[in-house]
Amino acid sequence: MKFDTPAGTNPIDRLVVVGKATDRIDGKYKTTGTAPYASDWHDPAARLAYGYVLGAGIAKGGIADMDIGRAKASPGVLAVVTAGNAGKVDRGAFYVARPLAGPDVDHYHQVVALVVAETFEQARAAAHLIHVSYVEDKGKFDLAAVPDKAPVPKPGEFGGPTETEQGDFEGAFAAAPVALDETYTTPDQTHAMMEPHATVAAWDDDRLTLWTSNQQLNWGIRDLAKTLGIPKANIRMHSPFIGGSFGGKGTILADAVMASLGARATGRPVKVALSRPLMANNTTHRPATIQRLRIGATRDGRITAIGHESWSGNIVDGRPEAATTSTRMLYAGPNRMTRLHLAHLDLPEGNAMRAPGEAPGMMALEIAMDEMAERLGIDPVEFRVVNDTQVDPGNPARPFSKRQLVECLRTGAARFGWDRRSAVPGQVRDGRWLVGLGMASAIRGAPVMKSAARVRLEGDGRVTVETDMTDVGTGSYTIIAQTAAEMTGLPLDRVVVRLGDSAFPESPGSGGQWGAASSTAGVYAACVKLREAVATRLGFNSADAVFEDGQVRSGNRTVPLAQAAAEGPVIGEDAIEFGDLSKTYALQTFGAHFVEVGVDADTGEVRVRRMLAVCASGRILNPKSARSQVIGGMTMGVGAALIEELAVDTRRGFFVNHDLATYEVPVHADIPHQEVIFLDEVDPVSSPLKAKGVGELGISGVAAAVANAIHNATGIRVRDYPITLDKLLPDLPGAA
Amino acid sequence: MRIPRVANMSRRDVIAAATACAAMGTLPVPAAAQPGGTERPVLTTVDMTVNGERRVVELDTRTSLLDAVREHLHLTGAKKGCDHGQCGACTMIVDGRRINSCLTLAVMHRGSTVTTIEGLGQPDHLHPMQAAFIEHDGYQCGFCTPGQICSGVAVLAEIKAGIPSHVTADLNAPMEASVDEIRERMSGNLCRCGAYSNIVEAMTEIAGRPA
Repeated sequence: MKFDTPAGTNPIDRLVVVGKATDRIDGKYKTTGTAPYASDWHDPAARLAYGYVLGAGIAKGGIADMDIGRAKASPGVLAVVTAGNAGKVDRGAFYVARPLAGPDVDHYHQVVALVVAETFEQARAAAHLIHVSYVEDKGKFDLAAVPDKAPVPKPGEFGGPTETEQGDFEGAFAAAPVALDETYTTPDQTHAMMEPHATVAAWDDDRLTLWTSNQQLNWGIRDLAKTLGIPKANIRMHSPFIGGSFGGKGTILADAVMASLGARATGRPVKVALSRPLMANNTTHRPATIQRLRIGATRDGRITAIGHESWSGNIVDGRPEAATTSTRMLYAGPNRMTRLHLAHLDLPEGNAMRAPGEAPGMMALEIAMDEMAERLGIDPVEFRVVNDTQVDPGNPARPFSKRQLVECLRTGAARFGWDRRSAVPGQVRDGRWLVGLGMASAIRGAPVMKSAARVRLEGDGRVTVETDMTDVGTGSYTIIAQTAAEMTGLPLDRVVVRLGDSAFPESPGSGGQWGAASSTAGVYAACVKLREAVATRLGFNSADAVFEDGQVRSGNRTVPLAQAAAEGPVIGEDAIEFGDLSKTYALQTFGAHFVEVGVDADTGEVRVRRMLAVCASGRILNPKSARSQVIGGMTMGVGAALIEELAVDTRRGFFVNHDLATYEVPVHADIPHQEVIFLDEVDPVSSPLKAKGVGELGISGVAAAVANAIHNATGIRVRDYPITLDKLLPDLPGAA
Repeated sequence: MRIPRVANMSRRDVIAAATACAAMGTLPVPAAAQPGGTERPVLTTVDMTVNGERRVVELDTRTSLLDAVREHLHLTGAKKGCDHGQCGACTMIVDGRRINSCLTLAVMHRGSTVTTIEGLGQPDHLHPMQAAFIEHDGYQCGFCTPGQICSGVAVLAEIKAGIPSHVTADLNAPMEASVDEIRERMSGNLCRCGAYSNIVEAMTEIAGRPA
């Protein structure tokens, strides 16, 4: 099905099932420990063997010598896989780091060996007997030391243009009556998903099957085929449940490659899970940025010039962090400039993490807007309202399909009690706490991608949906079931959803906030085919057949849906393909974040006391799981604001705090009750369901809202994330 | 025999102790080590009650309780999120108390009574806490969920038993399952998806229910 004109009225608009707050259909499995994640796979007949990864102890250089003799001689050891015996190992396309070191070492904790043994304990013990001699080269590890030499790279497949200019930015900025020119930094961050990267791989002749944890099976298959030099058709991947990913499992990583190699070396199925301390340096991370924001405005608060430059680093062939993305779209202003610089660094690969581009970019932009509002003496909400635009400011011929930013801001301000905020910072005390309110806008792209599905109606009246879409905690199982139920007129419990098997019709998987809108549109297309086939079987005209309450009705005739499958299953299979609507219209999601913090006047301890997000994001398919997506983003945003930072050892070139005790993520005690409001919205330009994603909108802007609240509480402006106590202490007033 | 628990014992010490016990003859004596490699694994029989069933398994003495349950009993509900006590995904209820099952060796739990997430309830027969997590959407990816639920059930029992926490202001007052108490006691169970707000609501609902 082609989707190249805005959606009209269709069966989804009945909203009998879609749009209702619905418990997840996979909830009973997740809550009882019976949902199978990659490392849960077992088959007593399969003689599973265990692999243990040894990571490189240097960041850059080469392996001079490796002694694997003692490991191989250890009890239970079946194979030791290294670059010396693995055969040709290439690398993938989305993540570009090489999975296996040797002779060169490209980054710290790059795999140097996999020990495969009968048991996990044997593999682990033997791995520690491998002796590796390295030749260490001097590398570049410090972003702050290299920005002057960082060129503007050519634009690639992701992240949009690396350089944009409209009007005369420099001239307008120089002439602006009120101006801001500040630099902000965001640190390297790690996804720290709860499930370590894990794969069980098994070969049957030249066919390879993986039970793995992968957000995007199409990219996973493509990249594994390229890495191993085998046909894509020979690989099958299962990822029915994924224990968190956030862009960190966007395709295959070392676990999948090494499990495949280990299984080939031993002729046995091999399980490889990266140990937690390997994850931060072995896999990808969100790269640190240095961002310069320049904003010029008239005295009444109209932006005349806005410029955003960002510096980040990466390995060879790695992309820049597209931190300027939101600045191109969020506010009006005739004179504009954005520029991304990319430095070469020898740290591990930087790549996608939840709202890549927007999340770190808005950490800077939305503090700058707060600072600018303060300089203008205008309320931060009003400053944003004044600078709203209903067209793409970089291309005024292109309207937004929907843009309710102002409504988000106004609704949030009213609901949060924004009028109680003191415009002068440092004025509100609650015992030892300095109390402040902060806010930020949110914007995040709403891409849609081709997505296919198959639906099958059985004689028992049940419908089964199959697509290789994944559920990374987003609620895909449930919104896909809701879509199929709505389209077939069945109750939810008559729909079975099977996901995460690469043998199913291809979806774009979970990533970039495109999963919900794209995959449900694919299911919609398949259901349209199914409805046509059912109507034909029942002798109805498919155009006027109504599917409702488990029945098909046309004119005066009503037939149970199941009857269509009495002679055998009825199958509908199709893909949705999106035309040029996203070129004609700017497709974005919008929101506003409001935060109240308390800052201990003596210690600088920051406690988040209240949080509210207001989102306008097309039709919300399942308000229950969508709300969870948003509070999850808000939680990660609190982490980004206050605690999350991969500390770089700029001498040895690695992230020092590579586990969950030293890389701090928010815990229960850090997070208050969180409120989310979804504005009523349908966006017929986005998809037949008129829906858009929310998972990445939820984090965009949050950290800046926290930072702005801290400023409102204390009068201290920190432009260097995370806002830890040491950055507040020197300027705190102390207890009165 | 039971290996005595020693305060501040590191995992390395525990492994050494287990091996020492084996050498004293109460367990199979290890064969001579192979040249250059690791020593042959010391195997021992562990007898536990898991989810109400007596289970007897022969295990490498280095096997954690978590790996014993996951890899040998094939109860894969408890998850390995970090394997060193930093995340809580492996939480089980052992002899009435919640523990990180990755931080304890299976051989230390001879005779123990272990409840895993599978022992609390099944898909067609949910424990009230499991049902509350579904109702309040107290999860997203689901990987930390078995640990959160085991911890959640044990936390409410701890509060009922009057065991204080860091945030308990008055040790003499009747203890309540306040949101502060719940957040403090649950802070060893990380959830990167960020379902905390909903988990606290699920637990609050269960805590408020008459026993």
